[in-house]
Amino acid sequence: MEYQAKELFAKRDVPVTLGVVLRHAEDARTAAEALGRRVVVKAQVRTGGRGKAGGVKLAADPDEAVEMAGQILGMDINGHTVHQVLVAPAADIAEEYYLSFLVDRADRTFLCIASVEGGVEIEEVARANPGAIAKVAIDPRSGVDEAKAAEIVAAAGFPATIAAEAVDVVLNLWRVFVAEDASLVEVNPLVRLGDGHLEALDGKITVDANADFRHPDRARFQDAVAADPLEEAAKTKHLSYVKLGGEVGIIGNGAGLVMSTLDVVAYAGEKYDGVKPANFLDIGGGASAEVMANGLQIVLGDPLVKAVFVNVFGGITACDAVANGIVDALQMLGEGANRPLVVRLDGNNVTEGRRILEAAGHPLVTMVDTMDDAADRAAELAAKG
Amino acid sequence: MAIFLNEQSRVIVAGMTGSEGQKHTRRMLAAGTNVVGGTNPRKAGESIDFDGTSVPVFGTTAEAMDATGADVSVVFVPPAAAMGAVLEAADAGMPLVVVVTEGIPVHDTAHFFSHAQAKGTTRIIGPNCPGVISPGRSNAGIIPADITKSGPIGLVSKSGTLTYQLMYELRDFGFSSCVGIGGDAIIGTTHIDCLQAFEDDLETDAIVLIGEIGGDAEERAADYVADHISKPVVGYVAGFTAPEGKTMGHAGAIVSGSAGTAEAKRQALEAVGVKVGKTPSETARLMRQILQNES
Repeated sequence: MEYQAKELFAKRDVPVTLGVVLRHAEDARTAAEALGRRVVVKAQVRTGGRGKAGGVKLAADPDEAVEMAGQILGMDINGHTVHQVLVAPAADIAEEYYLSFLVDRADRTFLCIASVEGGVEIEEVARANPGAIAKVAIDPRSGVDEAKAAEIVAAAGFPATIAAEAVDVVLNLWRVFVAEDASLVEVNPLVRLGDGHLEALDGKITVDANADFRHPDRARFQDAVAADPLEEAAKTKHLSYVKLGGEVGIIGNGAGLVMSTLDVVAYAGEKYDGVKPANFLDIGGGASAEVMANGLQIVLGDPLVKAVFVNVFGGITACDAVANGIVDALQMLGEGANRPLVVRLDGNNVTEGRRILEAAGHPLVTMVDTMDDAADRAAELAAKG
Repeated sequence: MAIFLNEQSRVIVAGMTGSEGQKHTRRMLAAGTNVVGGTNPRKAGESIDFDGTSVPVFGTTAEAMDATGADVSVVFVPPAAAMGAVLEAADAGMPLVVVVTEGIPVHDTAHFFSHAQAKGTTRIIGPNCPGVISPGRSNAGIIPADITKSGPIGLVSKSGTLTYQLMYELRDFGFSSCVGIGGDAIIGTTHIDCLQAFEDDLETDAIVLIGEIGGDAEERAADYVADHISKPVVGYVAGFTAPEGKTMGHAGAIVSGSAGTAEAKRQALEAVGVKVGKTPSETARLMRQILQNES
């Protein structure tokens, strides 16, 4: 969120005004009084378009700050509920610029994007006036030094009066990008104030979760209020789970196959009152009984789920082991397993796997041979349930 | 022929002494892969027995190459050690490095990819990938070797299990090579690299291209097919139902705003004449029709 990005910017000397973060509208009075001038009240949510949605408002005095904070807290912005607002002094803006570093997937390197047209979404500038955007590739080995920063500032066409200060901002923002293992750091707008100095008025950081192991301090950025409890539970069991809100619970192995399973279930659901997949859950390559039980428990923890589709391709873990895993998991769950399960097993040792499930004869389990037919059956059961 | 890997390939395993490394070295050997060594600086000079085959452990990639003539390295080391392992392999001039390790920070991958590019002598496949298999000849990575046989289809995919699924559905035809290029934001070998290699491979008659949400690799691959590929290509894209802004298992599988959607990828592929299946099974049927019409 903005205030968190600004904290990280401040640590590396990117110029920001931190302001005060609060959860209760009444606290805006003290904050505005302390700042002693016109303030801006800004929704703190992990999404863009806050201004357009009415989540950023100016307040002339402390009374108005409380009123605006009251309006913004609890607001829904693109599906994100506002639990916190930032109260900061209103800036005296002369000009708005744009600056970011990001991972360039296509060229497999890092990229700096800079423009003297900031304050709006950079995609809009790219459409309306692509010539106003400078893109400079950064070699990950050499990074950004003074000369590279000067190249970026010149390419973007920042005014000469602020060029030297802009070079420092570029260098320091690059330090944030590297030090925080970010996949994106963005300042939009970077503003020239009335006094001629630069300030990062709004910012965004996307950090690379793969680098969590070298950033033990990151947990404090987790948004405990907004996180889904089932997603949290899955995380503690090291399962990759995303809640989607439909009726057909999904368990599969491998991210690609699970994504594919969601799609196939959604197609099948069109025939059955439009039932939809309830979640993404990848139990990984080795489908042991314990992992399967954990997965089932999380999927069945979603009260919207009316039927579960277990879609496993037996590769490294062959189908017989997966079948044993399912049988044992159902035993471990006991009465907790209370909704129908459609199982599709294919791949290595498939005959033995199907035999094991058949022999177990669990009343809730239906076996279907192909992925498409199994998705159809699961959607049908969910629609009935 | 096949691409990247054949019966002559001499494979070493970085991280062979770890549990994943041992498990998959055993599987690679069972698949007929010529595994000639492993590396672990703390266990140099030892050797490990895999069901009667003794495989020596070397301190560094360079030593292993000198002693064995290895030309492929499969990397199983943990994420924190992966960058060091790949840099070492690139410095030794290892021609092919398959990085199976999942969870490598993207800054590390950017660094070692850039280093390998500058050296110009190493191809990296992955990271976060199942590797490459040329069925019946050699297997470098974790793709199950007993699904199918050697045949006329080439396959390139971001996803491991979807690779296995398509190999299985088309097992009666068989495959020249299957390459799992990995699901991270930065990968060493792209769809385009594999398309070109399959186009040049005399044993490959048709190509399966599997993609998923995130980035625009599939769109760029579609452009490449239009301009450079004469062999028939069928496609599959996963993630039509993925919500915006959520990472779906693979680090690179994310729709950001309106970018990286499955629908855009499907349209790009179909616009250049690639038939795209709605499901993996339909994709297999499309490929089946092409091969049956040819024979």
